[in-house]
Amino acid sequence: MSDTLSAPAGAGRAPAAPAGSAPRRSPARLLTPLLLLAFLVVLLALPLYVEEFWLRTGFAVAGAIVGAIGLNLLVGTTGQLSLAHAFFLAVGAVSYTFISGESGGLGTRAALRGLELPPIVGMVVGVLLAGLAGLVFSPIAARLRGIYLGVASLGLVFIGVHVLNTWTPVTGGFNGRSVPEFSLFGFSFGNDDPQLFVLGVPFREAERLWYLGIVLALAAYLFARNLLRSRPGRALQTLRDSEVAASVMGVNVQAYKARVFLVSSMYAGLSGVMYALSIGSIAPESFGLTVSILYLAMIVLGGLGSVAGAALGAAFVTALPLVFQQFADVLPLVSAPGEGGINAGIAARYLFGLAIIIVVLFEPGGLAGFANRFRSRGRRSARAPGRGSPSAAPASASSTTVTDPSDPPAQGSSTR
Amino acid sequence: MTQFLSLLLNGISLGAIYALIALGFVIIFKASEVVSFTHGSLLLLGAYTIARLSDTLGFFPAVLVGVLVTAVAAFLVERFIINRLRGAPVISLAIVTIGVDIILLTELIRQIGPDILNVPHPWGGDSVRIGGVGISENRLIAMGVAGVLIIAFFVAFKYSSWGVAMRASAEDGEAAALMGIRQGRVSALAWVVAGVLAAVAALFLVGAPTPGVSAAAYTVALRAFPAAILGGLDSTGGALVGGLLIGITEALAAGYQEQLSFLGRGFGEVAPYVVMIIVLLVRPSGLFGTKELTRV
Repeated sequence: MSDTLSAPAGAGRAPAAPAGSAPRRSPARLLTPLLLLAFLVVLLALPLYVEEFWLRTGFAVAGAIVGAIGLNLLVGTTGQLSLAHAFFLAVGAVSYTFISGESGGLGTRAALRGLELPPIVGMVVGVLLAGLAGLVFSPIAARLRGIYLGVASLGLVFIGVHVLNTWTPVTGGFNGRSVPEFSLFGFSFGNDDPQLFVLGVPFREAERLWYLGIVLALAAYLFARNLLRSRPGRALQTLRDSEVAASVMGVNVQAYKARVFLVSSMYAGLSGVMYALSIGSIAPESFGLTVSILYLAMIVLGGLGSVAGAALGAAFVTALPLVFQQFADVLPLVSAPGEGGINAGIAARYLFGLAIIIVVLFEPGGLAGFANRFRSRGRRSARAPGRGSPSAAPASASSTTVTDPSDPPAQGSSTR
Repeated sequence: MTQFLSLLLNGISLGAIYALIALGFVIIFKASEVVSFTHGSLLLLGAYTIARLSDTLGFFPAVLVGVLVTAVAAFLVERFIINRLRGAPVISLAIVTIGVDIILLTELIRQIGPDILNVPHPWGGDSVRIGGVGISENRLIAMGVAGVLIIAFFVAFKYSSWGVAMRASAEDGEAAALMGIRQGRVSALAWVVAGVLAAVAALFLVGAPTPGVSAAAYTVALRAFPAAILGGLDSTGGALVGGLLIGITEALAAGYQEQLSFLGRGFGEVAPYVVMIIVLLVRPSGLFGTKELTRV
């Protein structure tokens, strides 16, 4: 339905795209890695040129990318609707802060406890604890199907916020607590210690975190992409399409559900640590239902099931309100905080809401599906007329496998 | 003992309000297979409209308009979005309602701002005592109205042609369609009914002992989710039981806060979710939900 609706819109441009790409396919194959490499070089060189604002936004985006990829494995690939992502983010962020933070402080902070271990330990333990939380929740998740799971996981978010509000020695309670700087083997990711200049540009906290963000996001991306191409990845996709079919094929349904929860919440844990680092403090309101919903927005906009799509969606959803805020005085309709009218955060939310509806109605594959459609049109027309066999779709076009073949079996199994 | 009875009564009255919301939730699910995350903001829309208009129009006309506005909003959501996605996976449908919810909620919160809008209920904020057990008049009336509405709903569901059509299409959509039941109309009507129920619930939810309409009403409305899930998403009777159970749990947990202090302040707000998770562990489809069977 949605395909037929939007196809005529793209049809006008269609002849140009395949004509250009089809004959030049082998150079195109070389071109893609080159483009990626160039993109990476630009990213690496960026701190030399751009302002601190963009670098900070970049690190926030990197954190969101990690989280979105994790949620996408769960929701997009395996089809387990989860609204609990904010809870797992919180587990990671709080564990990191508690393990690497300092005990005590002035005034109300006197009650705070911390283990004062090296930050890298805090990060690793934070990720592991988030994974553990996911593993503990997975028996519940394994019993619940579809929408029941979605609402049960909603409960987890509220319980998480309650714990954050009340467990003051660890979480800082209602006011939250500040997050210790990250450091790795004596190299601090703070403003100094050691002072660092590259080509005359001072490398302070923002620049250092920028590189940390690139490394972590890239690692998260590659891990997820390889996971999806491997045997477990195929098993997870079968699980989404039909649990019965999966178990007939020899996939241990419960075990795989538990594992995907483990992996997804570990991603969330790392994302939580990065979020804490980027903001510099944690508070209960940072891990409410809104956050879970925004993560869901990211993966829907990016395209369910596509790793690159999740990254794109995360960048869009995270950067948009920040950019709106930065350029509030230039943009029409958006006003600076404090003035009347629509402020940046609200404007961004309208856009997300609208974008979600439009994507689900007209392009269920999201941004990734949009990109794929142009890419695959040439191939499809070259190979065979009609729909082509979905199983022959190349591994890289993971989101075409999401949109096309998965839907009919999902319908069939849900009506009973 | 008096305290317990008082908490119980207040819990039941709160539960009656939750049951109204949960009922709307369940009929939407039965009619169009959608879990509507829009419900919280629809409820807030009703409350906001009533609060804004009651100064100029007077209370009862404002209530009428509020109910109407909410029903129309629910209808529009169904017509323009849900109806176009017939047959889409359940997750996509849930996500699209989240999208609607984001827009509607953002706009409402922007309109309400940090204020608390007061709804001038004619019965005010007084409370009455029944044999030593105190309850606010608002809640007492809520219980009565909810009772009447719920009975009316169940009668309509059982005997009216709409009720029969809806039960038929919930049972087997294709067969119902072949018998000449218009699925689109059934689904649209279900959304309208759910909107009405939500607006009525909103009317009482923002009365005493709650201070008035604020963004917090949305969080309260969300607690109808556990009510619906607990009873079983496709069981109207379950919604009723779930609503009462959640209401009583919340009232008791809030009332015995001192005794439960090891669980932290404000545990009453979380207790519904804890109960829901425990129930789901024992019965994965809720108390009265249909078990999902898989045939190969």
